[in-house]
Amino acid sequence: MIRVLVCEAPIDVAAELETVEVEGAGGVASFVGRVRGDDGVTALTLEHYPGMTQAALESLAQEAASRWELLAARVVHRVGRMVPGDRIVLVATAAAHRQAALEACAFLIDRLKTGAPFWKKEERAGEAHWVEARASDDAAAQRWQAP
Amino acid sequence: MPVRMLYFAWVREAVGTGEESVAPPAGVRTIADLLDWLVARSPGHAAAFADRAKLRAAIDQRFVPLDTPLGDAAEVAIFPPVTGG
Repeated sequence: MIRVLVCEAPIDVAAELETVEVEGAGGVASFVGRVRGDDGVTALTLEHYPGMTQAALESLAQEAASRWELLAARVVHRVGRMVPGDRIVLVATAAAHRQAALEACAFLIDRLKTGAPFWKKEERAGEAHWVEARASDDAAAQRWQAP
Repeated sequence: MPVRMLYFAWVREAVGTGEESVAPPAGVRTIADLLDWLVARSPGHAAAFADRAKLRAAIDQRFVPLDTPLGDAAEVAIFPPVTGG
């Protein structure tokens, strides 16, 4: 039911969505994050912590499944070098009804951004630099903390 | 006991390697102590660990604060705040 994947290959959205279209899933929600080409970005390289990434993503997906009545969840995160327009991440959730699917999907992408060991390096005008973490991402993750 | 150190992103680039094995002395109790001890290894280590506010850590593949005791840690990772998704 919960499946996470870290890969270098492009993400096939249709194929990934099919993996969560399980019996009884009346609502399927998804989020796709893509490389933006603004400010002259020509490429983006994703580094990760191989021994930890899979477990961190599985832990987030398990937490989502414990908070919402999910029938399936899928997280696919790409690593390596990408160009603007490429898909970086896909989160898909399935539930009997839309609310659980939509909320769990938002939870997963918000928490993934601050709770999984990935780092982005941008290339622009031939120079590469590491992307800094944003306070707005921390705030987005924190809004899911239990009261 | 040897500790496997892993470095990621600009920390890896500053240190000059992504992985090394170190054997900290008995006085090294926390991750912060470990960083204090590691800065003497090279100018790259010193540069990477100069601003602790920019560093995050994991012990045996779990995120922990820098003041966490090493305990029986086999693997310690040092890296910037994560930027995935």
